[in-house]
Amino acid sequence: MTSPLVCVKRVVDSSSEVVLTEDGQGVDGRFAGFTTSAHEECAVELAVRVAAADGGTVTVMTLGDADAVEQLRSALAVGCGAATHVLADPQGYGPADVAREIAAVVRDHEAAGSPHQLVLLGNDAADTGDFQVGIRLAYELGWPVVNGVSTVSVSDGEVTASGAGPDGFETYRLPLPAVVTILEGGVEPRYPTVPGRMKAKKAPIEEREPTGEPVGPSRVRLVLPPPSASSVQVLGEGAGAAAAVVDLFEELGVLAR
Amino acid sequence: MILVLVEVTPAGEAVETSCEALTFARDLSAAGGGVAIDAVVVGRPDDALVGELASYGVRRVHALTGSAYDAYAGAAWAAGMLAVRERAGSVVLMAAGTSRGNEVLAHAAARTGVPMAANAVSFGGLSPFTVTRQVVGGAALEEMQLGQRPAVFTVAGHAVQATPADAPGAGELVVETPDVAEADLVARVVSTDEPAPDLSGALKSARVVVGAGRGAGSADGFGEILELVDLLDASLGVSRVVTSLGWRPHHEQVGQTGSRIAPDLYIPCGISGAIQHWAGCSSAKAILAINTDPDAPMVTKATHAVIGDLHEVIPAVNAEIRRRRG
Ligand SMILES: Cc1cc2nc3c(=O)[nH]c(=O)nc-3n(C[C@H](O)[C@H](O)[C@H](O)COP(=O)(O)OP(=O)(O)OC[C@H]3O[C@@H](n4cnc5c(N)ncnc54)[C@H](O)[C@@H]3O)c2cc1C
Repeated sequence: MTSPLVCVKRVVDSSSEVVLTEDGQGVDGRFAGFTTSAHEECAVELAVRVAAADGGTVTVMTLGDADAVEQLRSALAVGCGAATHVLADPQGYGPADVAREIAAVVRDHEAAGSPHQLVLLGNDAADTGDFQVGIRLAYELGWPVVNGVSTVSVSDGEVTASGAGPDGFETYRLPLPAVVTILEGGVEPRYPTVPGRMKAKKAPIEEREPTGEPVGPSRVRLVLPPPSASSVQVLGEGAGAAAAVVDLFEELGVLAR
Repeated sequence: MILVLVEVTPAGEAVETSCEALTFARDLSAAGGGVAIDAVVVGRPDDALVGELASYGVRRVHALTGSAYDAYAGAAWAAGMLAVRERAGSVVLMAAGTSRGNEVLAHAAARTGVPMAANAVSFGGLSPFTVTRQVVGGAALEEMQLGQRPAVFTVAGHAVQATPADAPGAGELVVETPDVAEADLVARVVSTDEPAPDLSGALKSARVVVGAGRGAGSADGFGEILELVDLLDASLGVSRVVTSLGWRPHHEQVGQTGSRIAPDLYIPCGISGAIQHWAGCSSAKAILAINTDPDAPMVTKATHAVIGDLHEVIPAVNAEIRRRRG
């Protein structure tokens, strides 16, 4: 039985404009709204599939402020069976701090008799893009780690994971316990069902304090890149623009004969 | 000394982004009064590769050899790089911000207990050592201090243009066979399959890419778009909405979590231009946006635009191409 831990992060939905907080220390999500990072939605889906294959339970965890419970409930609604919330302002936490807190959850759950043989995370967070929490976690735990894969399965105490590498599609096979970081693209995250949502609303959530003071990120400040002045040349409207479009193709030399 | 991990193609050439990282390293070296730049490669480079690296100002090429390096393992590559560092005493560890580069350097940073800055675009100064890096898919920049030694960071793709040095380095080849612990080989690639032909490879190297987003309307709404792809001998690239809805396969996705493209012309049709999509197409030389919304970010950032329904514009364009071809 495999009972994975899957880690998710509440991030600002940056599909529209990005606004920084006044102190330049983070992205202001008050107007844009929040979401779960795309890689982690896929990690949740893979964790649910791994657990379903052999009767295990997925625990979803996050380190975040009180509102991050929304990300936990979303994961509970699509098949995670338990949730752990480390209540903290994520802005004060660097990748090494987050890795240490995840490792503490793994150790405590093991001590409580519900061990996780596999931890799944997103390859990189959609906001900070640090690319290292999974790897630092692996060193904290002394477990092997595979990065940036898009499929994961477990059988006979071994995890098989694969994804696109620079020279082709790569497969890794390694013994559990292990840490695996997920890149979007290998699976479609499922949508929550109505009963799933109802269940998620009522599910108990383990709340924890962080284990210690964070060292913090090595951030000086965030800045926005200078806005580029629009210099778009509008070729026309509707079907009437066709001739101008094909003129452009000819000008750029992309109209193969 | 600055130690740069250089990735090598199956044909034995340095990958472009590694050459960019070496170019970045030269600026750093100059700012530091001419600190030497050494490269680490995995496997045995031929003379041509050593010569190429020398042309980028590399003093020594440390080649990691031995059976531990037969198959890729991020931990083993990092162990090798750190073994070189231990002898040569480098103060900066760098790589390109590729999947391999970010992974290997994150291992190196974790092992040495220092922070890592992923995807730097510039450095702000040496004391304190500050780099500026891309966050939020490139929508914002973070200034980050790397005060501890070694300073570990990766360089975002296309942050600088790969340019050979005015004066080449000595390019001395040093063969290294560091001991690698068993534990560092547990997570190693056991097989590599060639990607099926015509997956994202064609998209990444296409001269012209026609893009399609939610504006396509449905999985059946791609008829005229595919016809334009055909007429221009182009590749199709789509937005995440399109792959999430299952209209097209993921390998066609352009963006932060899809392919990064740099065609001569990108034609995004019915794509709003969210930052995560822009991250994958901003290197296009020209962009012709086709969108009903004149204020869509893709339209305002494009070089050219047509305002209108793609289902009306594209058939007219296709007909015009056919008419001119006679
Ligand atoms: C972590 C993360 C990673 C992501 N990675 C990616 C990624 O790699 N790639 C990616 O693309 N997105 C990515 N996204 C999603 C991204 O934020 C946007 O949601 C997505 O790009 C929007 O796709 P779209 O432009 O097709 O759809 P929409 O934003 O819905 O825009 C549709 C556009 O089509 C126009 N339109 C509608 N009908 C027509 C018509 N008939 N003719 C012409 N125009 C029309 C509209 O005016 C609008 O501008 C990511 C998001 C997150 C959080």
